[in-house]
Amino acid sequence: MKYVAELKAKIREKLPELDVVIGWKQGFDPVHASPAFMTTPEEIEQLVVNPLCVQNLATYLPGLKGKKVGIVARECDTRSIGELLQESLIEREELTVFSVKCPGAVDLVKLRQQVGDLGRVRSISFDGPRVTVETPDESSSLDLGELLPGKCRVMAYDEPVLADFRFVDPDQDTVCREEADTDLVALEQMDLDERFAYWRGHLDRCIRCYACRNVCPMCVCQDQCIADTRDPHWLSAETDVRQKWMFQLIHAMHLAGRCTECGECERACPMDIPILTIRRKLNREIHELFGYTSGMDVDAVPPLLTFQPEEKSITEREW
Amino acid sequence: MVMGDLKFCPKEGLSRWVEELSREHTVLVPQQAGDAVEFLPFAEGSELSLDRQPTAPPKKSVFPQTETLMRFEYQKDPEHPDRQTLQIKETLPGKEKTVILGCRPCGARGFSVFDPVFGQGEYLDPYYQARREHTVFVSLACRHPENTCFCNWVGGGPADSAGSDVLMLPAGGGYVLRPVTDQGRQIVEVGGFEDASPEQQTEADRLAEEAAENLSPAPELEEVPDKLFELFENLDFWELMAAKCISCGACTYLCPTCYCFNISDEYSGLQGKRIRTWDNCMSNLFTHEASGHNPRPTKAQRLRNRVGHKFSYYPKLHEQVFACCGCGRCIKSCPMSVDIREIVLSAKEYADE
Ligand code: SF4
Ligand code: SF4
Ligand code: SF4
Ligand code: SF4
Repeated sequence: MKYVAELKAKIREKLPELDVVIGWKQGFDPVHASPAFMTTPEEIEQLVVNPLCVQNLATYLPGLKGKKVGIVARECDTRSIGELLQESLIEREELTVFSVKCPGAVDLVKLRQQVGDLGRVRSISFDGPRVTVETPDESSSLDLGELLPGKCRVMAYDEPVLADFRFVDPDQDTVCREEADTDLVALEQMDLDERFAYWRGHLDRCIRCYACRNVCPMCVCQDQCIADTRDPHWLSAETDVRQKWMFQLIHAMHLAGRCTECGECERACPMDIPILTIRRKLNREIHELFGYTSGMDVDAVPPLLTFQPEEKSITEREW
Repeated sequence: MVMGDLKFCPKEGLSRWVEELSREHTVLVPQQAGDAVEFLPFAEGSELSLDRQPTAPPKKSVFPQTETLMRFEYQKDPEHPDRQTLQIKETLPGKEKTVILGCRPCGARGFSVFDPVFGQGEYLDPYYQARREHTVFVSLACRHPENTCFCNWVGGGPADSAGSDVLMLPAGGGYVLRPVTDQGRQIVEVGGFEDASPEQQTEADRLAEEAAENLSPAPELEEVPDKLFELFENLDFWELMAAKCISCGACTYLCPTCYCFNISDEYSGLQGKRIRTWDNCMSNLFTHEASGHNPRPTKAQRLRNRVGHKFSYYPKLHEQVFACCGCGRCIKSCPMSVDIREIVLSAKEYADE
C-alpha cells in the first residue's frame, strides 16, 4: 500500500508516548501474516499492510488495558474497537488508532481451494485486484474478489468508526461490498432436520479448542467462560457433538448484538467450521428487534446492555 | 531388507486394498470433511484424500479425545435409605484391530513420544496399551514437504519409518510398500501385491531423497534443552514470545505428541462415567488449583510450559528425544501465526548472547 511509509513515520513519531503499537508483519511463510507488537524503530520497519493481514488486532486490546496502546486497524476492525469502547472494556484515552484503508483480505481457505496446499506456496503478490500465486508446480493468477472472506461480502465500510490518524491510498477503492448473505439464506431455507444435520455434520469435527472463543474481540470472559466451569456444570467434558453445538449456541447468544461480524471466530477455527453464520443470524434478529448494529457508534448503548420498560418492537402484553 | 519384502501397489489398487482391509478391521483413512481433512472410518464409496497433510493427526485413534475409564452406578439400599452401594464396570477397549492408512510419517512417529509415558516403565496405561497394540500404521511418505514441516529438526524425515508398520513410498504411478513390522507384513499380504521391480524401488528412493532435500536444513538443537531451562525464570522473554498468542487449544489438540489429559466424572442421576479427556496447557484451567491459586496465570507461563515440555523437560527425562515430530500443525493452524521453531531458535540465541 502506498501509505505504508507514511504510516511507519507516524508510528515512529508516536512511539515514545506509547507502550506498544500493534500491527502486522510477514509471518512464517509467504501467505501468512503475523500480528506484530512494535516497541522499537526496527520493529516498525517490519510493518506490512496487505490483503494477507487478516487478524483483527482489536482482540488484544482488553488484555492490554492500563497500557498506552497504538493499533493499526482496517475500517471493519475499528467497529470492534467501537463496540469495546461502548461496553467500557477499553479506555479511549489509552488508545491511538492508526486507521488504514483496507487493501482487501484473503480467505486462506478459499486460496487453498484454488491453489492447493498453502504450505507449498513459494510467493504471492498483489497488483490491484490481481493476485499471483507461485507454487513449485504452477503460477496462478486469481481475482482478489473471489478470495474475499464471507464477512467482506455482506457489509461494506468506506470510513472507520473512529481514528486518530487516517491513511488512505487514492487509487484504492473500497474492496468489501454489500451482497446478499447467501450462506445465511441457504441455511434459513433448510428445514429443521436438514439444518440440524448440517450442524451435526460440521460440528462433529470440532475439537473444542476454543480458538473461536479466544480470538473473539468481544468474548471478554475468557478464563471465566462457563464452558469451562465444573460447578455449575453447564457443559460436560465429553467430546460429543451436543456439547460442541451447545457451546456454539452459548457463544452466539452471548455475542448477540455485540458481535461485529469481524469473522475472526470462523477464520481461527482450525477445523474450518463455518460458524460465523450462527452469529450473523443472531445479529440479524437483534437488528430486526432493536434496529441496532453493533460497534458503529461509540456513544450508543447496546440494546442488551440496557432495558426499556417497554420495548417498541416487542409485544409482551396483548391488551 | 529382503527384496521380496517390497511390494508394489498401483494407484488404482489402493482402494481395493483398503476395502479388503475394511472387511476385518476398522480402517481410518484421511477424508475431506468440509474444508478440513480428517481420519474417518472407511466405508463403501469413501474417497481418500492423500494430497494434503491431514488437518488433525491420527492421535485420537489411540488416544481418543474422550476415553471412558469406567462406568458406575449407585444403588440405594431399600432397608437403609441413608446407605448406598457403588457398582463399577470396567470399560477397557476391545481387541479389534484398527488400521490407520495414509497418515504421514510424522503422524505415526508421534506415538513414539507417547510410548515412554503411557506404555513403558512402572505405570502402564491399559487403555492406551490396548489401543496401541491393536492399531497398525500404514504411513504415506511425503513427496512435497510444506513450509511448516521440520521433521528433520527432530530426528524424523519424509520417509521416516519410526512408529509405522508399513511405509508407502510414492513411485511409478503407485506406491512401493515397505513393511516395517510383522503386523505390517500381514497387512500388506492382504493386498496380494506383486513384488516391486528394481526400477520402482529406485524411483521410490529417489523421490524420498528429493523430498528430504526440499526441507530447510536442520539447525543444531543439542543445547536447547539446557537453554530453555535457563530461561525458565526469564518472564520478559516468554512475554515477548507469547504476545500474539491467544491461549487457545488449537496447537495442542492438533499436535500428534501432546498427551495431557483431564479426568472427570459425568453423572446423570445415580449413574455416571469417569472419563479422560484431552486437556491443554494453554488453557487457564489446566493448572488452576482448587485453592484458587494458579501457578501459570498468564499465557506467557503457559506457552513456556508448552515449548519447555517439548524441547526441554521431556528430552531431559527421555533420552534427549524431543516431544515434537515436526509436523508443523501448531504453526499452520495457529490463528495468530505463532511459530514454535522461532521460539526454539530465539531461546537458543537468547542464551547465546
Ligand atoms: S463472534 Fe466471531 S464475528 Fe463476532 S465479534 Fe466474535 S470473532 Fe468477530
Ligand atoms: S475453533 Fe473450531 S474446532 Fe475450535 S472450538 Fe471453535 S468451532 Fe470447535
Ligand atoms: S500458540 Fe496459537 S494455537 Fe497455540 S494457544 Fe497460542 S494462539 Fe492458540
Ligand atoms: S509441537 Fe507442533 S510441530 Fe511439533 S509435533 Fe506438535 S503440532 Fe507438530
